[in-house]
Amino acid sequence: MNALAPHLPALQVVVPLLAAPLVLMLRAPGLAWAAAAATSICAFAISVALTIASLDSGPLSYALGSWAAPYGIELRVDAFSSLVLLIVAGASSVGLLVARPGIDRDIEAERQPTFYAAWLLVLAGLAGIAVAGDAFNIFVFMEISSLATYVVIAGGRGRQALGAVFNYLIMGTIGATFYLIGVGLIYMMTGTLNLADMAERIQAEADLTPVLIAAGCVMVGLAIKAAVFPLHGWLPNAYTFAPHAVTVFIAACSTKVALYALLRFNFTVLPGSLADYGPQFTRFVLPLAVVAMLAASVIAVFQRQVKRMLAYSSIAQIGYMLLGAGMLSMVGLTAGLLHMFNHAIAKGGLFIALACVAARGIGTSLDEMAGAARRMPVTMGAFVVAGLSLIGVPGTAGFISKWHLLLGAFEMGPQGAWLAVPMLLSSVAAVVYLGRVVEAAYFGKAAEPVVRAEAPIWMITVLIGIAAANVYFGINPGALLEIAGEAAGALLPEEAPFELAPSHPTQS
Amino acid sequence: MEYLGLYNYWVFAVLLVTGLYAVIVSTNLLKKLLGMSIFQAAVFLLYITMDKIEGGTAPITRAGAPDQLYSNPLPQVLILTAIVVGIATLSLGLAMVVRIYDDYGTIDEQEMARRDRE
Repeated sequence: MNALAPHLPALQVVVPLLAAPLVLMLRAPGLAWAAAAATSICAFAISVALTIASLDSGPLSYALGSWAAPYGIELRVDAFSSLVLLIVAGASSVGLLVARPGIDRDIEAERQPTFYAAWLLVLAGLAGIAVAGDAFNIFVFMEISSLATYVVIAGGRGRQALGAVFNYLIMGTIGATFYLIGVGLIYMMTGTLNLADMAERIQAEADLTPVLIAAGCVMVGLAIKAAVFPLHGWLPNAYTFAPHAVTVFIAACSTKVALYALLRFNFTVLPGSLADYGPQFTRFVLPLAVVAMLAASVIAVFQRQVKRMLAYSSIAQIGYMLLGAGMLSMVGLTAGLLHMFNHAIAKGGLFIALACVAARGIGTSLDEMAGAARRMPVTMGAFVVAGLSLIGVPGTAGFISKWHLLLGAFEMGPQGAWLAVPMLLSSVAAVVYLGRVVEAAYFGKAAEPVVRAEAPIWMITVLIGIAAANVYFGINPGALLEIAGEAAGALLPEEAPFELAPSHPTQS
Repeated sequence: MEYLGLYNYWVFAVLLVTGLYAVIVSTNLLKKLLGMSIFQAAVFLLYITMDKIEGGTAPITRAGAPDQLYSNPLPQVLILTAIVVGIATLSLGLAMVVRIYDDYGTIDEQEMARRDRE
């Protein structure tokens, strides 16, 4: 193991990438699933090791093929990357563990190995974005993950999945191409693709117009991929019509990885050159975040299809993460990054609960879920716990990140305190829309004679584990706050490190 | 004269906007894909233009050869990758269109939405 340790940043990507064709060769669906799950768990173990290593000894840099940066390709893992890696590999593992029953129903046996291979490619691509140290590799990995994502979403039952995928494919490609334009313009000015080198050389530029245009292109492109509010059109259908396990995976991590790249550019590459970049970023991002939190939450209230409801809720939660980043303060950024993780376990838990419901042949619209709690009390119990975490009830993980967002808002002074209003309204809306599901499940009339039929035992085990994680990280947020704080420190190096103990908000 | 010298960039801009317009306006899925391809092709042109140097040549040095002006080969390599990605995306998109035609009997977005509502 020690011999492998220095190569972990590369292995994070290489293991799932090489496992994908091997999985494709296994003809038995069960075997393919087991191999994919094992690979994914292995990737998760690597991400945990990387997190520990990057917290212990600072950012890890890996020169691919021993060609030194900036000429060679550099893989770079700092606290922010490792936080994202944890989310990606964790979501993939959990998604695969609950995938079996649903995938058996949705996809014919002989095509399942292809499906699992594509899943591993999604994992490799998303992990690649998080470890890549240069702008062009981020593009390549983004396209690997996107192409594979289209394939796994198209595995959904029903023809509407196809339309959803097509829409996602067009919008995703437009987004990636905009990103490519931005990178091209920056490359034209600086002659480098390495992010760290770019950030340095950009400061020497005299003519900043191309950099400004590049900033716009990169922002738009990545905002499409991250489903930032007005550019979220592809998301609701893609989440709704994908197979349930895929929704668990995609909803927990794919938009967050795009957000990761977006923050990387806006915090480390671009600001050095442009005067007042920070305040402009804030002015641009905060309104989008606030509108996302309000509008998407209101739309979610009116959905009758629970998966679509949770999809709109995801758009609102991306608003929270952007809000934290837009505050440009240590507390706000820490809270936003922490919310990436907390939202992943909360929303992941909710979608796993839906996968469990679907595994017993109950549909996922409000009408079909009527009385589901009497048939599946454990599943719906876990749904409620994850839902409370999404709302941000004290004692759950969601509370910790929302609380720190509030602290960050108050730290901005009297104007910032107004940000508390949309945060509260959005949380109230979350109470309403999740309340509608709970009402249907607990108080709705089940049509048939009620028979207790929980989902298969391992699905329930995973679900309970995730629900427990929501409570655990609500009570013991220390380790995660440390990772998120380190990650925020990597983005805002000049700011004072954030105190772990929640201090009283100080007016500045 | 300077604006004429930027000829390639004008083509880039026109292609870019043409492609984006086609993607947004057309309801026919095939035309959307065509628009997407034009949009991508514009970016290929941007990259290829940036490494062109008047009188530049391939950066291959030989012992004793006189110093020459070399073109940067990197953007071409980058865009080769992007072209491959574009082909993969286009073919996946076309495969989707075939599947959609099988299931819906149409490749018009509005018509698909109408049939979904029925």
